[in-house]
Amino acid sequence: MQQPQRWIEITVGFFLLIGILALLMLGLQVSGLSTSLTSKNSYEVTANFDNIGDLRPRAPVTISGVHIGEVKSISLNPVSFKAIVTLTLNDNKMLIPDDSAASIYTAGILGSNYIELTPGFDDTSLHQGSMITSTHSALILENLIGQLVYKIGGGSDNASKKPTKAN
Amino acid sequence: MNFLQALGTWALNVCEQLGRASCFLFATLGRRPRFIRTFPLLIQQLYAIGVLSLLIIIVSGLFIGMVVSLQGYNTLEKFSATQQLGQLVALSVTRELGPVITALLFAGRAGSALTAEIALMKATEQLASMEMMGVDPLWRIISPRFWAGVISMPVLAAIFSAVAIYGGYLVGVKWLGLDAGAFWSNMQSTVDFHGDVINGLIKSLIFGFVITWISVYQGYDAVPTAEGIARATTRTVVYGSLAVLSLDFILTAVMLGGW
Amino acid sequence: MIPAATDNLVTLAQISFKRGDRLIFNDINITIPRGKIVGIMGPSGTGKTTLLRLIGAQLKPTAGHIHVNGQNIHQLSTKDLYLARRQMGMLFQSGGLFTGMNTFENVAFPLREHTTLPETMIRDIVLMKLEAVGLRGAVALNPSELSGGMSRRVALARAIVLDPQLIMYDEPFTGLDPIAKGVIVQLIKKLNNALGLTSILVSHDIHETCAIADLLYILADGHIIGSGTPAELLKSEHPSIKQFMQGLPDGMIPFQYPAKDYAKDLLS
Repeated sequence: MQQPQRWIEITVGFFLLIGILALLMLGLQVSGLSTSLTSKNSYEVTANFDNIGDLRPRAPVTISGVHIGEVKSISLNPVSFKAIVTLTLNDNKMLIPDDSAASIYTAGILGSNYIELTPGFDDTSLHQGSMITSTHSALILENLIGQLVYKIGGGSDNASKKPTKAN
Repeated sequence: MNFLQALGTWALNVCEQLGRASCFLFATLGRRPRFIRTFPLLIQQLYAIGVLSLLIIIVSGLFIGMVVSLQGYNTLEKFSATQQLGQLVALSVTRELGPVITALLFAGRAGSALTAEIALMKATEQLASMEMMGVDPLWRIISPRFWAGVISMPVLAAIFSAVAIYGGYLVGVKWLGLDAGAFWSNMQSTVDFHGDVINGLIKSLIFGFVITWISVYQGYDAVPTAEGIARATTRTVVYGSLAVLSLDFILTAVMLGGW
Repeated sequence: MIPAATDNLVTLAQISFKRGDRLIFNDINITIPRGKIVGIMGPSGTGKTTLLRLIGAQLKPTAGHIHVNGQNIHQLSTKDLYLARRQMGMLFQSGGLFTGMNTFENVAFPLREHTTLPETMIRDIVLMKLEAVGLRGAVALNPSELSGGMSRRVALARAIVLDPQLIMYDEPFTGLDPIAKGVIVQLIKKLNNALGLTSILVSHDIHETCAIADLLYILADGHIIGSGTPAELLKSEHPSIKQFMQGLPDGMIPFQYPAKDYAKDLLS
């Protein structure tokens, strides 16, 4: 058990150091703290959606599948009852046309939702505080199936089905 | 009637033990800290409790991460959702497996060693002779060990989690051939630093407090014979593990509910 | 029965002590004169070690009070008690050496805890005390490398390192070979005279204790059955004292542990 004091001090220091490194790894690599911390070049834009589906804060924002930012917060517009999604985009050097469209997609069948920006053609670009007007809501699986069933059911008894749906 | 009597006696005993353990804890924490004198003792105990537990924590972490990854892959494959493996491994490790398994290993490795050491000091009259020399054993022996345990536990849990996630990465990406980018980015978009990582560390801090408390108390309270030391060591592991598992349930309920 | 406090270092007055329901001491009075070696003897299991722990205030008596150096030791605050304990050394039966430290560090321990002496001075004091017990050569050994007699001598050096007034020996002779026993006997005598100590010696080894004690108390059954100089007690005709001093197997202190009638027990 008897170890020279110096050796004990060195190993204890080493122990605490790798503890800090582990915490750093958990912070940066695992929970992706770095993307939300690099606020120097980032800017925020908002987008209104009719339905955001399963979208959560910190979901990725991509263009052509490349990660360019993340969802900062989600709130509800008290007048229009639409969802207001605030996006943090990482790089203000990259100019994204302000008529770009935002769509909510699902990664895989059971995966989580993310936002994909489809670039437009305007000369002006998105900047801090601007709003994306062209949005496509999340596809809700139940609605899709419902529409599918409705279409397969065909126009034969259109009149009898429509009132029940309105209920 | 006999049964009721036995139950009552048992309940009284439990209360008495708990009360004595609490008094002991307050007596230990109430000792006036003399930092310059205590610091070298604390370093010594951090070595004995933290550094010497490092190997078992790293090896167990690596293997548990690898196993979770392998099992998770096989299950996720059925739903063709294998790109979610990263978040599965990271969430289960940071929220539950990291704090809990580290605590159980800690109870077995460091807790039992603490109990045995203190009980042996009691049996060989080292504590009594220290007291007769006018040195308070609670301050000199118990307090540094207690604080070293409380400090070591979250550090060990963080190391365990990091190593386990790396183990999951090795199996998922290097062996089963998942895309590294999907693995990490799915993980990053789901794992929340406060909700998952920090809460996991808070859990392990509480576990460390409870296990070290049980260990030093069992050692200090042990019957000073060979049999008494063996019993105290066993009790440390049993009570420590039970306390960790039941506390884990309560803490998880609190954290999922309120935080 | 309470003489002037000045020439008695320790006085125990009307001490009773109960452990659970068992009465270990029943109203005993003991005075320890300053500068003397006082032996406390009695059969095993009469609570001789308990007596030392009462004097050291590690245990509290059920009734009565103990004065050490004029202070009622059980009414001191924790801080004063720890100060008072620096004036006492105690040699435990097993030595009680700290296993994580070598001989030097063990002996230096009280100095490091209670004083801020420079390292060179600590070294000198430790070497002097170890020289006094004849173990200066064992300075770098670990407790596990010491024999029983040696570790007791190291513990003795540690007990006297703060130059206490009172030193208590708990069974210092048990489990030692005759030579080591002789060494300890000589040491107790020598240290008592050279350092002006007062010694309390708890033992059941009659020859060794009689050889060095100035005053003897014999404890049995919770009472003091005899006291006086060794010579007086050896000549005593009191049956219990005689039985104990001459080591007779049966007598007033029975060989049989209290039991039911033998014949009935066998035939039942």
